[in-house]
Amino acid sequence: MAKRSFLIPGVDKRLLIKDSIKTMPDVTRRRFIAGGASLGALTLLTGCDVIDSSSAEEMLKQVSKFNDAVQAFIFNPDALAPTFPESAITKPFPFNAYYDLDDAPDVAGADWKLEVRGLVDNKKSWTLDELYKLPEVTQITRHICVEGWSAIGSWTGTPLRDFLKLIGADTRAKYVWFQCADKDGYNSPLDMRSALHPQTQMTFKYANEILPRAYGFPMKIRVPTKLGFKNPKYVVSMEVTNDYKGGYWEDQGYNSFSGS
Amino acid sequence: MSSLTVTDEQVSAAPGKVIQPAWVRVMHWVNALAMILMILSGWQIYNASPLFGFSFPREYTLGGWLGGGLLWHFAAMWLLMINGLAYLIMGFATGRFRKKLFPITPSGVLHDVRAALTFKLGHDDLTVYNYVQRLLYAGIIVVGVLIVLTGLGMWKPVQLHWLVTLFGDYPTARYIHFFCMAAICAFLVVHVLLALLVPKSLRAMIIGR
Repeated sequence: MAKRSFLIPGVDKRLLIKDSIKTMPDVTRRRFIAGGASLGALTLLTGCDVIDSSSAEEMLKQVSKFNDAVQAFIFNPDALAPTFPESAITKPFPFNAYYDLDDAPDVAGADWKLEVRGLVDNKKSWTLDELYKLPEVTQITRHICVEGWSAIGSWTGTPLRDFLKLIGADTRAKYVWFQCADKDGYNSPLDMRSALHPQTQMTFKYANEILPRAYGFPMKIRVPTKLGFKNPKYVVSMEVTNDYKGGYWEDQGYNSFSGS
Repeated sequence: MSSLTVTDEQVSAAPGKVIQPAWVRVMHWVNALAMILMILSGWQIYNASPLFGFSFPREYTLGGWLGGGLLWHFAAMWLLMINGLAYLIMGFATGRFRKKLFPITPSGVLHDVRAALTFKLGHDDLTVYNYVQRLLYAGIIVVGVLIVLTGLGMWKPVQLHWLVTLFGDYPTARYIHFFCMAAICAFLVVHVLLALLVPKSLRAMIIGR
């Protein structure tokens, strides 16, 4: 594919792009500049001489919403993720984040408390010792990253739906919103139906050992029916809410449902 | 006999004869657009976690970053799926597949490959596909079905876990998806090259005759 000139007479290409970048929110701006090179491809394909990236983006977002509706219509939200034998576990299970392991949150377990907020009867905070006493289940499932790689791991913890019942959460609410200790404040909303999925788990152990720092100590939310970024680590609070509060990656443009 | 250009004689020889019916032409070009969108956005997605020791040049990817690439991929998939399904239905229902793509015999393929490589393969009658064309066109339909099925499996590995199992496991489906893309790209190169060498075939795919 040969490079084509997209010049409009009298318009400076660089200034035009500079101007449009100014109108973008911060995160998008960073992304856009990082990904600016593919602007050419986009223009070529839409056949527009003037890049109207906002309307293309709007169209794509609408299709994404449409996809959500189609999925909700044709798929069973309670379908179980496949489970695997121990021999299938990926070793070593990869550490993955938008920062290096050295920059991963180093949470002091003794001081840590899980904060519970929103539409719940009992808003008491939970210490690790209290959480460790809850009934545990172990499941070996495949973690699939939005990037395409995947790995099979063994996670142990309490089904989130049991915990939600225990704290008297209003399960008619739309979301459970998790906040994490990651730098830049990682957070992620989980739709209630997925929060109540039998395999969705408050995870305290990996491979039957206390969750190491690399995998989200002290608590991770393991959702085997969702892409990896919907599986928050280093969780510090959960809020049961009807409001869509956005998420770290969701705000940057990953589909918020991202169910497998 | 080889003919690489359209002569007036050949045009007037078959004045009203439709070589490519309208539905084939429409679906061909819709598919071309859908394929290009899927390939360029697919390269963007590939680059996020390359399967091999290379990445695709950013200039030839769509969407700006992984999130944008995914949005394009999951939008263009509708175009590819609906158009592809309609094409398969029409291909079987009208008997086009049976009439134009079959039979494919090994001896016929060998003969025509030899003829093609020595530039002796004729293109006088565009309504009849030679054995190389039959093999490639039938083959690329199979590849198209494979790439859609592996794609669906990777898109919904929980809901469609049986589909993933059919291909082995999730990473295997990903490799098959990639190699199908590579096959389509290779086909595209040969296909476009030959269409340019035999321009009347390109014209037939645009105006029908």
